[in-house]
Amino acid sequence: MPTDSLFFQAFVYLASALIVVPVAARLGLGSVLGYLVAGVVIGPSLLGLVGSEGQDVLHFAEFGVVMMLFLVGLELDPTRLWRMRGPIFGLGGLQVVVTAAFGAAGGLAFGLPWQQAVAAGLILAMSSTAIGIQTLTERGLLKTEAGRTSFAVLLFQDIAVIPILAVFPLLSTLSVEHHGEGHGGTLVGNLPAPVQGAVILGVITAIVFAGRYLAGPVLRLVANTGLREMFTAASLLLVITVTLLMTAVGLSPALGAFVAGVVLANSEYRHELESDIEPFKGLLLGLFFMAVGASIDLGLIATRPGLIVLLLTGVLALKGGVLYGLARVFGSQGDEATHFATALGQVGEFAFVLLSFATASGILPDEVARILVAVTALSMAASPLVVVAGDRIARRLASVARSERPFDTIDEENKVIVAGFGRFGQIATRFLRSHGIGVTVLDVDGDQVEALRKFGQKAFYGDASRLDLLRSAGAEHADVLVVAIDDHAKALQIVHTARKHFPDLAILARARGRTEAYEMWDSDVEGVYRETFDTSLRVGVDVLRMLGFHAHRVHRAAGLFRKADEAAVREMAAVRKDEGQLMKTARERIAEVERTLQADREQPRATDDHGWDSAPLPNRPDAK
Amino acid sequence: MTAKGRLKLRTGPPPVVLGRVLVLLAHPALHRSRVNRRLADAIRDLPDVTVHDLYDAYPDLDIDIAHEKALLLAHPIIVWQHPFYWYSTPPILKAWQDLVLEFGWAYGPGGDAVRGKTLMSAITTGGREEAYHAEGFNRYTVRQLLAPVDQTAHLCGMTMLPPFVTHGSNNLTNEQVEAYAAAYRRIITALRDGLVDPEVVAPMPRINLDLDRACGEVPDADR
Repeated sequence: MPTDSLFFQAFVYLASALIVVPVAARLGLGSVLGYLVAGVVIGPSLLGLVGSEGQDVLHFAEFGVVMMLFLVGLELDPTRLWRMRGPIFGLGGLQVVVTAAFGAAGGLAFGLPWQQAVAAGLILAMSSTAIGIQTLTERGLLKTEAGRTSFAVLLFQDIAVIPILAVFPLLSTLSVEHHGEGHGGTLVGNLPAPVQGAVILGVITAIVFAGRYLAGPVLRLVANTGLREMFTAASLLLVITVTLLMTAVGLSPALGAFVAGVVLANSEYRHELESDIEPFKGLLLGLFFMAVGASIDLGLIATRPGLIVLLLTGVLALKGGVLYGLARVFGSQGDEATHFATALGQVGEFAFVLLSFATASGILPDEVARILVAVTALSMAASPLVVVAGDRIARRLASVARSERPFDTIDEENKVIVAGFGRFGQIATRFLRSHGIGVTVLDVDGDQVEALRKFGQKAFYGDASRLDLLRSAGAEHADVLVVAIDDHAKALQIVHTARKHFPDLAILARARGRTEAYEMWDSDVEGVYRETFDTSLRVGVDVLRMLGFHAHRVHRAAGLFRKADEAAVREMAAVRKDEGQLMKTARERIAEVERTLQADREQPRATDDHGWDSAPLPNRPDAK
Repeated sequence: MTAKGRLKLRTGPPPVVLGRVLVLLAHPALHRSRVNRRLADAIRDLPDVTVHDLYDAYPDLDIDIAHEKALLLAHPIIVWQHPFYWYSTPPILKAWQDLVLEFGWAYGPGGDAVRGKTLMSAITTGGREEAYHAEGFNRYTVRQLLAPVDQTAHLCGMTMLPPFVTHGSNNLTNEQVEAYAAAYRRIITALRDGLVDPEVVAPMPRINLDLDRACGEVPDADR
């Protein structure tokens, strides 16, 4: 029977996820909202397929959050973490304090006693690590400025749970029948504070120490057995051990897992650990979100819709406002601050923990706690929508910020103009300047321009696709324009503008691949440079050399290959509008290159007498 | 619209043009050269003279053989202009010889493509003229040291003229360089116009030793 119900539950969860999540993803709402909706549907409020055990599932699924933080820790080695100490404690600390203060003020306005108001404020200050990091990852923002600050704040919140749990008993005003529930019931809960502190410190030191010196050899031993599942078991055991240890001393397991992850970030088994934990994390997080969805009490919402909606919008506005304001104070651009504020604007899973602790220890009355649970769950459900809205605003802000900042005045006139100062433009410019050639560099990324100025590389902030900018950069009198940006559409635009208005300007353009190269050649430029062509050819050369081919022979072969391929690209640019002709030409050219290299390899010796391979390039009419 | 025109990117050698004198210039660092650059500049504007800078045409030493053959066929008189590095030609000119003067084309059976052409070396040496002597620092005369070129020309059926030599190139004053440049222009012009009689110059240790005679400007009575 228990097996039956376990399988049945698994069936319900998995099936509902498979139905709802792809739809949500297709609609651009992200997987989180999909899981939440699936949870609401199967929860007690609607279909009732999962019932009271939803709370247990929630607790179990929180393990997914622990795993997520372990994985995040693996990506962050200690030195990078140390560099983040400013945002973690500055921004993170202020966020918790300011949000809690506003939240408490709101609580007082609703007529709560100050103790309850402070507790509610602290609870609402927590954001959801699961949703925050998941949405940032899905949007590819985790590695951006907004992602890093979000992460710093979430990390501080994880740390802050410890003192908050310590302070909570002082806020207790209600009488409670049973003590020792929730986080009070830890192994060290009854010890005097200094001893508690020492134990906590000892456990963290033990985790760091074991991670540093013990985990490596043990994992090596396990890996040497050659049994894949043993390594998976060891990875899981590692995370579970940390979770148990941290729970035992009353710390956030997520925080402990994060520390363990950071310690193992430099380990040789980092990638194995990642790939082993990743699928568990994904499933458990999905389960977690569904459990949150199932816990949303639609009945309660239906009885007091006005209050809930008011609280929900109030909380989202308050949290978002504080996050946005602080981010701006800490120097973020408007668009980054918006991403940051919307990613962390919800109330997080820690709120569930704190709320259950708060009711158990008589800080908050049941009534208030239930409403806050509903608000928390709804704020998590609203989060993906808020993020979508935030994206829109951020995009507008980004374009506003761009048009707000005036382009630099260009106070020099050189023979060469380089548009784009990324990896491509920088190398070209450095080489030109090393020959004493003055180069006027334009880039649309103001931050990039600033950063490179610090390295003594001068560039101007400006959009080279604009005729007036090109003109003020001296395109009228310059000899050469190098279009070095990676955005092909924009690059074509620059080429067309320059070609049309400055017929005497020679243009050399970067292109991504063949297709882009064709379009560049169409635009009457002097040279087209496929960005990875030469590098790829060099790899080929080095492989042949490693395989024992004679270096000079390979060098010459690469030269033949390059010339033939570039000539073929130009020829195909001319005929490509005719599909059949294109295919025919492509086949011919490829065969020709191969024939040439073949002839070079097989070099008949009987009739010619040169002591050197001298196979010439096949002669063909130039495409231009 | 301005008149300056758009800069072009040339890859490979410039196109073949018909002419009288083909000067194959080989200097790996022409921007640092004092004499060779000046000599080349002194003849660039001459009609029917093609100055072909090998290092500029083939920066990766990957010589286009068909193109070089066409150039040879388009000129009856060939000049190899280069510094006399280690008593020989710079590597690109040696590669040119190895690749272009092919068996069956320039020599051997059916190899008569350059037969009847005239070849002259125009070299610069760091050492002074006295150093190129049996008792001198270099133990051989320039003409002795040029024996491989002489034999190459012979094997290909070309007439080898005595070399145009700029000695002591490191220690020349600007005026002296100018004098050599003027002499070079004179002899190239005379070669172009067919005024140089191979038999007259044959005994000369270097062709610029007596330019008046080399260029056929000495009256018959004095010969």
